[in-house]
Amino acid sequence: MRAAETLVKAGLRPVVLDEGFKAGGQIYRQPPVPDGREPEDLYGSEAEKACALHETFERIRPNIDYRPRTLVWNVIGDSVDYYDESADVAGRLQASHLILATGATDRTLPLPGWTLPGVYSLGGAQISLKAHHSLIGQEVVFVGTGPLLYLVSLQYAKAGADVKAVVETASWSNQLRHASGLAHLPSAAVRGVGFMLSLRRMGVPIYRGAHAIRFEGESDCGLTAVSFESGGRSHRLSCIAAAMGFGVRSEWQLAELAGAQLSWSDIQQQWVPDLTDHVRASVDGLYLAGDGAGVCGADAAEVRGELAGFALLQDLGHSVDASRRQVLEKSLKKQWRARAALDRMYPVPMHLLDELADDTLVCRCEAIAAGEIRHVLVRPGAEDVNRAKAFSRAGMGRCQGRMCALNVQAIVERAKEQGPQAIGWQRTQPPIKPVPMAAMADAYVPDPEGTRE
Amino acid sequence: MMDLDRTPLQSGYDVAVIGGGTAGCSTALFLARAGLSVVLFERHQCGSQASGVNYGGVRQHGRHRAEIPLSIRARTIWDELPDLIGHDCEFDASGHVKLARTQDDMGELEAWARVARDFGLEVDLVTGNQLRDRFDYLGSSLAGASIMPQDGQANPRLVAPHFARAAERAGADVREGVDVAAAEREGTNFRIELGDGRTAFADVLVNTAGAWGYEVAASFGESVAEAPLSPNMLVTEPLPYRVKCSFGMCGGDIYARQIPRGNVIFGGGTRAITDFEKNRTRPRTSSSQLATRNLIHAMPFLAEARIIRSWSGIDGLMPDKIPVVGPSSTTAGLFHAFGFSGHGFQLGPAIGAVLGDLILDGRTDTSIEELSITRFTQDGAGVRTTSNQLNPSEQGE
Repeated sequence: MRAAETLVKAGLRPVVLDEGFKAGGQIYRQPPVPDGREPEDLYGSEAEKACALHETFERIRPNIDYRPRTLVWNVIGDSVDYYDESADVAGRLQASHLILATGATDRTLPLPGWTLPGVYSLGGAQISLKAHHSLIGQEVVFVGTGPLLYLVSLQYAKAGADVKAVVETASWSNQLRHASGLAHLPSAAVRGVGFMLSLRRMGVPIYRGAHAIRFEGESDCGLTAVSFESGGRSHRLSCIAAAMGFGVRSEWQLAELAGAQLSWSDIQQQWVPDLTDHVRASVDGLYLAGDGAGVCGADAAEVRGELAGFALLQDLGHSVDASRRQVLEKSLKKQWRARAALDRMYPVPMHLLDELADDTLVCRCEAIAAGEIRHVLVRPGAEDVNRAKAFSRAGMGRCQGRMCALNVQAIVERAKEQGPQAIGWQRTQPPIKPVPMAAMADAYVPDPEGTRE
Repeated sequence: MMDLDRTPLQSGYDVAVIGGGTAGCSTALFLARAGLSVVLFERHQCGSQASGVNYGGVRQHGRHRAEIPLSIRARTIWDELPDLIGHDCEFDASGHVKLARTQDDMGELEAWARVARDFGLEVDLVTGNQLRDRFDYLGSSLAGASIMPQDGQANPRLVAPHFARAAERAGADVREGVDVAAAEREGTNFRIELGDGRTAFADVLVNTAGAWGYEVAASFGESVAEAPLSPNMLVTEPLPYRVKCSFGMCGGDIYARQIPRGNVIFGGGTRAITDFEKNRTRPRTSSSQLATRNLIHAMPFLAEARIIRSWSGIDGLMPDKIPVVGPSSTTAGLFHAFGFSGHGFQLGPAIGAVLGDLILDGRTDTSIEELSITRFTQDGAGVRTTSNQLNPSEQGE
């Protein structure tokens, strides 16, 4: 939204392709139809920001070509292949410059029982509430790490759910040790403390340093309890639903297809696109903004969007407001430092996979268990994640590894005793999400470069 | 490229194989089993090009007559994979159906069936009505088909790697991530310069370098016009298991199979985008769209399905669309098997058997004369492909 606004201000008329029903992305998602809830109900402390963004977007709409419910499934050269869900047609756009603001999705871990009915991803639980005004269940346990865990727990508690507990994997001492980094962004610290205090006031227990986490139940009746250890004690909480989230993963699949180089980020524990000048990818004319280019949060996404707009305008020969850009860059640097503190306070507990049982599913789409991945590392001898995928099918299903690739990678790393550089990332192939065949077929236009001989 | 293996080379090998596709890996296996010392050099990982990314058709059906004896020999080996390499590679003798849109196509199928029967192959010809009785999901505008019940399909991602591991177990020295920079004859030996600066020596050299086979041949004075060929492959989400045979259309513009997990794998359309210099391929959107359109026409129920992935890889295409298999025309001890022109997957396992015969016994009972490189190298005597061959451009199938 901020990138489009920046371009519009300079007199351009960008095309905005949005997978969502309405503008807002994940954080500022709007219900598909108004349901009487106020911004404060939907966005809590962020209501003001949400309203400002939605108003901005409404204001620029006459000056942009906005296409909601449009999945971009491939980028190659200056071509953007899309599927328009509302019209059920596929097509292609040509663009000399491309800003990708593809966001992030939940990061989950294959903990015992995680595929039981009733176990949701944290972001999914939030969308259910935000977009559909619906809880994942009345008695809920929240499992994971990071600020979003507390935010969603609080939103559920306020919406009337019986939140049994927040089960946090980061230890309290670890959080305190790195909290000083939040001095760069005191507002984030204040918000975080606010979430915790509110939860306490509402009587929601917070367990920290949790491990040995299990989702218990039967596949026919679903989740019945979450058990874990914390503070030297075993706990078992009855519930009918649980939400799990260990931070978020950058959705850089389109960036990779567009030619962006990726690098491993130790602090984020994931692959992220290489950036120069904050927003430029390693390909001319490609700009990356928001969490899709490394996770830095919603406030930073606004800044990055505007900076992406500036970079694009500059490449088109426009002059840009240098002092405004300086302010943005300074703000973004602060945000990254605060994000680094959060990443240290709430690290992804990959150590929980050290004891991953052979029969625990890792790739849900293809129903591939950890043992099957380990097996192909021995015979026929996969050395990296792409070979592990080729031999075991882990990452070959509907989601194309977006959900499981980091977990598959962790299994390969442990078995091979190698780091991420040697193991690699699962390469993206189009389409990044499923595309209906009928629309694909109808979109056929002969290509003079496509030969059969 | 990574060097996955820094253990020292032997001072000399009986045989060196360049290229770890199925052809190279099966050659390494058959020779190692016969007790020869074999080294195989694969620039990337075994089966990472055409052998690993193709459609997965295990088909004798519709082949050029020059390939049929090799294809028949391969078919017997496909049945023996569990004993030979310790894995069935998901080989399923599901049958292969070649569809005819027109009576002319049907005429081609009938002509091919006569040739195939001369080789002792079983071919059923069916009319359009019989076809739809047997396969109720097919579209209505088909003239008929020929069916080979003993053909089938397998998982291409597994075959070359399992041959490679079996070759290792039989004693072969399989070097993945090792590039061959140059090869030449030195006295009675071959001297092989590796990209990492090392040198290997062997009495016999096997060129199974796929789309790069022409480079090896050229260094021994055998110039052939091999071009890169990249099939454009797609796969759907899992669907109820209905399409139990593998299908191909006369003319080769569509081929499709469904695996028991439910995914429909298909190709056709046009070629993918290839950057041969950088050894990179990308699916071509227009090709994916065309293949999808053709497939929906043949199997209308698939209009409701979704595509979840597309991919490609690089094979080598010969001018007459059949591979080069057999001894070098210039150099004693050099053997070629490359340029499979988009339909080598089924043949791969037989390459090791046949080159094994030639290297161990100096002869083979499998007729491969017409696949000799001499058709390009001797006095411009290129064999014309007017014989009964269907779908010369059935890429990736």
